Amino acid sequence: MKRAIAGSLVALLLSAACGGGTGAGPSGGTVTLTDGKLVIAVINDQSGVYADLSGKNAVEAVKMAVEDFKAKYGDNALGGSVEVLTADHQNKADVAQQKAQEFYERSYADLILDVPTSSAALAIADVAKAQKKLYINVTAATTDLTGKSCNKYTFHYAYDTYMLAQGTGITVTQQGGKSWYIIYPNYAFGQDMEKSFRQAVIAAGGNVIQSDGSPFPNTTGDFSSLLLKAGQLKPQVLGAMQAGGDLVNVVKQYNEFKLKDQNIKLAVGLLFDTDITALGQDALAGTVYTTPWLWNMDEQSKTFADKFLKRTGIRPTFAHAGNYSAAWQYMEAIRRAGSDDADAVVKQLEGYKFSDFFIRNGFVRPEDHWVQHDALIAQVKPKSEAKETFDYSKVVSTIAAEKASRPLSEAGCSMSK
Amino acid sequence: MEYIALQLFNGLVNGSFYALLSLGLAVIFGVLRVVNFAHGALYMLGAFAAYLLLQDFGVGFWPALVLAPIGIGIAGMVLERLLIRRLYGLDPLYNFLLTFGLTLMIQDGVRLRYGLQGQPYPAPAELAGSVSAGLVAYPAYRLFVIAFSIVVCVAVWYVIERTRLGMIVRAATERPELTRALGINVDRWVTPVFGFGVALAALGGVLAAPMRNVSPLMGSELIIFAFAVVVIGGMGSIAGAVVAGFLVGVLASLAAVFNPALENVVAFALMAIVLLVRPAGLFGSLEARS
Repeated sequence: MKRAIAGSLVALLLSAACGGGTGAGPSGGTVTLTDGKLVIAVINDQSGVYADLSGKNAVEAVKMAVEDFKAKYGDNALGGSVEVLTADHQNKADVAQQKAQEFYERSYADLILDVPTSSAALAIADVAKAQKKLYINVTAATTDLTGKSCNKYTFHYAYDTYMLAQGTGITVTQQGGKSWYIIYPNYAFGQDMEKSFRQAVIAAGGNVIQSDGSPFPNTTGDFSSLLLKAGQLKPQVLGAMQAGGDLVNVVKQYNEFKLKDQNIKLAVGLLFDTDITALGQDALAGTVYTTPWLWNMDEQSKTFADKFLKRTGIRPTFAHAGNYSAAWQYMEAIRRAGSDDADAVVKQLEGYKFSDFFIRNGFVRPEDHWVQHDALIAQVKPKSEAKETFDYSKVVSTIAAEKASRPLSEAGCSMSK
Repeated sequence: MEYIALQLFNGLVNGSFYALLSLGLAVIFGVLRVVNFAHGALYMLGAFAAYLLLQDFGVGFWPALVLAPIGIGIAGMVLERLLIRRLYGLDPLYNFLLTFGLTLMIQDGVRLRYGLQGQPYPAPAELAGSVSAGLVAYPAYRLFVIAFSIVVCVAVWYVIERTRLGMIVRAATERPELTRALGINVDRWVTPVFGFGVALAALGGVLAAPMRNVSPLMGSELIIFAFAVVVIGGMGSIAGAVVAGFLVGVLASLAAVFNPALENVVAFALMAIVLLVRPAGLFGSLEARS
């Protein structure tokens, strides 16, 4: 309490010194920024395998959100200037940790966003906890963000391995793919995917014959030894948990070895539009996968996608859209709180129910900070059905928010308030 | 048994790329004493050249297999003339830095234009099929890669070991001053040899395009392996590079059968052992290095 008072005193002095940094909200309330400006830092991969699916364009998405927010609520909507910083974590946990530390401490970042690569994402969760600053993860998949590593300042926004497994794992098993051989990249994300898919497959009445980890990063780009093993094990489904460039190589070689002709179906754990670009739409046609969002799912998503296309030259992946949405909801929470003080914003986010173009039936679970929302089962269309270059997939069905979310009892999150 | 045999073939495919890359490295190192760190980037350029030929000019795989290496080889000769040549007299570290810098520039240049995710490239129609091999259908294209690389490696070995041209190159490698004294213009051969080494890298790139993700970083990881292979084979040894390339490919694939994580370790473990037991490499002679 003492601390909060001291904090707001400092803020008041600062804002007075800066010529007044307050803005009027729609409800007539004002926003007071703790250090005169709002700083959002986007940390992601800008040079490696995940650079296309989020990367620089995710930074653009956050900048778009800030601009649009100001356009809606006026230039002084947040009581001061908004700065968007960015850093490349090179998919390394130690680099991510160091950058996060730097941003929170030296650049006075109020929020860290994005952070693909689960190992790096988890490292930043620890920093956020220690620094008592907000962190909304969008592009990492590990459920540990809302499990083992959960904390008061960390939120997990777009998707996790549980959601992917609930969608793809259960759907494919129920469609008759009972026996699975799972291959996964051997680091936090892949191990978590393997665990989630194994559970989902077994829950749906299937079984996992075997699973193997592939080196990450895979220096040779070669997965043929694992694919041959699949040929020997003869599962009904080959579950490929690789992501980004690695997945592209797996699918390319799956097609090369003609495993489909041996009645080994390919199930893909995580698929981004950028992967489809790299493979060619027809190489994946018919593949069923789970995604939190598709740019062509409805009109409001398309409106965003059109704006994004104009700005960046590509249609947004769900990571791009998720970063826009997360930044937006964060700024909304600041307006509700009247402050960018981390504890005040956390209070506004917890238990909050909302929907926007990205999140449907959203609810921020106060117990573990998982942002619960609907997920989609999508299918890649053959090129002949595409209306434009990026028209890759269609929605098959929607998974209700509760079903797509890991039950709290399984989360194993204990958050000290 | 069948399974192990198929894994052996996989190893040979990977070995083909190691062999082609380290062959180029060995030729360049032999004559120029330059450790060409840009080799991986040039391999990547080979793959991109094939992709662009197909995408923008409708030129298919077979012509690309000839055109891309020639084009990238000429670009390599220009590089040698403009930049690399200027550093011959200096500490080898300078050349190392230069070629490493070139790698970064080439990679980022391609990334700026095409992004990182990679581009699709189909196998040529003649080789799109597969050979029935019991467990799985073994892709015909992979068999072609093995056969083609072996032919290229043997041809290069023949030229270097059995022709007059090769004799001059070898002489220039081992005793440059003495070769000059015999009235042979050594410097005349430096640029073409560099271009030739680069062309081999580009050839590897074209071969890789239908199998691997064609992305700006495809060469950056592979090159580390190629260096390990060169060290195992013996710096500057032609036969060593080829044999070690296939050896590493096969051992890595077999190791992956037991534990996938071992695949990346094998090359370096082998390198460490070779350095301990035979510091000059399997086929290297200490004299040639001095």
